Amino acid sequence: MAPIISVNNLTKTYDNGFQALKGVDLDIEEGEVLALLGPNGAGKTTLISIICGIANKSEGSVTVGGYDITRDFRKARELIGLVPQEMSVEVFEKVISTVKFSRGLFGKKQDDAKIEQILRDLTLWDKKDNRIRELSGGMKRRVMIAKALSHEPRVLFLDEPTAGVDVELRKEMWDVMRALKKSGVTIILTTHYIEEAEAMADRVGVISNGELLLIEDTDTLMKSMGKKVLKIELDEPVTEVPPALAEKGVVLSPTGTLDYTYDTAAQQTGITDVLADLRAAGLKLADLSTRQSSLEDIFVGLVTDQKTGENAA
Amino acid sequence: MNFRAIAAIYKFEMARTFRSIFQSVISPVVSTSLYFVVFGAAIGSRIETVEGIQYGAFIVPGLMMLQMLMQSVTNAALGIYFPKFVGTVYEVLSAPISVPEILLGYVGAAATKAMMIGLIILGTAGLFVDLQIAHPVAMIAFMLLTCISFSLFGFIIGIWAGNFEQLNLIPMLVITPLVFLGGAFYSISMLPEAWQTIALFNPVVYLVSGFRWAFFSMSDVAVGYSLLAIAAFLAFCIATITWIFRTGWKLRV
Ligand SMILES: Nc1ncnc2c1ncn2[C@@H]1O[C@H](COP(=O)(O)OP(=O)(O)OP(=O)(O)O)[C@@H](O)[C@H]1O
Ligand SMILES: [Mg+2]
Repeated sequence: MAPIISVNNLTKTYDNGFQALKGVDLDIEEGEVLALLGPNGAGKTTLISIICGIANKSEGSVTVGGYDITRDFRKARELIGLVPQEMSVEVFEKVISTVKFSRGLFGKKQDDAKIEQILRDLTLWDKKDNRIRELSGGMKRRVMIAKALSHEPRVLFLDEPTAGVDVELRKEMWDVMRALKKSGVTIILTTHYIEEAEAMADRVGVISNGELLLIEDTDTLMKSMGKKVLKIELDEPVTEVPPALAEKGVVLSPTGTLDYTYDTAAQQTGITDVLADLRAAGLKLADLSTRQSSLEDIFVGLVTDQKTGENAA
Repeated sequence: MNFRAIAAIYKFEMARTFRSIFQSVISPVVSTSLYFVVFGAAIGSRIETVEGIQYGAFIVPGLMMLQMLMQSVTNAALGIYFPKFVGTVYEVLSAPISVPEILLGYVGAAATKAMMIGLIILGTAGLFVDLQIAHPVAMIAFMLLTCISFSLFGFIIGIWAGNFEQLNLIPMLVITPLVFLGGAFYSISMLPEAWQTIALFNPVVYLVSGFRWAFFSMSDVAVGYSLLAIAAFLAFCIATITWIFRTGWKLRV
């Protein structure tokens, strides 16, 4: 199937000469949830802004649903809903009128039942006649989502949907995203929370310094690059790692366990040797556990690699 | 054409006007009444007539012009500046609408409001002086052309302005002096000859003169020139706006 969004060799140089995107290539499949990760200033918002028509591209091309975002901007934009990173709402407007305004702006015929459905799904129906300034921060964020959904887009961009929201609201946002995904909407979200990407995304893209460093299925990424940590709990805690173990990279964790990090994809994990050394050192095991390293570790590793690579060059 | 988008913007802007309808209407009415008291009663008792027209009536077209220019410029400027300022402009930029459609919405609403206020002032003036309008169709046409072209001008200012000071700068520093020097309260022919020549470089002179002709069939410059002047200004604003949106200047980065 043809990708719903296709980004080809996209570059962006801002007026002040800063190059925020350095030739990004990216295909997004219909119906998937794609998480874009990257440090502050990586270019995530810039990429989204260009696709959605808020910023002008410098070079390259983007198509949405097969329509070029410059030549067929109407058809391309009709397919897109955007919830920007910055909270921006018309504080004096009523919830329902601001959502209806959005639908009108996208050229759709007013449909009261549809609007009601969207507001109910986002638990905003009770607040429909309130002015936006009377809402809490989380509700305002949901109003922005309602606005983005008002014209029934096929692709939804969520630029840091859960930045600065509490745990409960984050879970609530995730539920909203899951329901949307179920209804077939393609979702592209940016986030700084790795757990969010792990929990929500089918694929993860890592952007740093205006480049797409990697794009991979979340599961494959975890497996292929994942490292595991073997946590060894001792009967009698030690204050120092025995030399033989230290040589193999075992470290003493703050909680007093001995931690051994190994590569799941390697031919030999070295676990047997570590255990043999433990025995030789006369240490008794109380418990063993392993922990899959998170996307965060992978991500930090990638970005550091890029930096050291640059320094070397 | 995305007519629904135009309607959405227009309705949104009109709702903004009607939310503060009292302030929107009361201030021009009060200031117009003040002008009548000061210029009409105080000065009018000494001048009485200008070229055969009662002074109180003579200043009505100028007063309307002053308020319509101010209202067009400030409303259109604020209409686009405010979304820029609070960030909600993202939605307009990401919507499937073209430049002329955005303009029709914002400028149409600003011009409508300025028209309404012009008519309210006309009504207020009718309470103070005896008014006869020689060419009502021409009057409405002049009002429309003026409101539209100056709303366009205001829209440009709203896009250009980087802060609220700049937003108020042009109306305060340019429009008001041009109107005051543009014969709103006197006939250009009352000026010394050298100043008459200078006044002809003031575009507002042509507006006020043409508008006054619509009321009293008399004017400082021929009506044809007035029409030409306003058409030229309209063309200038449209050209500027087209250029702004083509280059994305100040709206799309
Ligand atoms: N209007 C602008 N003019 C000049 N430079 C800009 C502009 N907007 C963004 N930048 C620069 O482009 C780079 C990328 O910014 P962008 O907002 O895309 O980052 P981001 O990945 O979204 O970061 P964050 O996670 O903090 O939101 C940054 O270095 C930023 O300073
Ligand atoms: Mg960002």
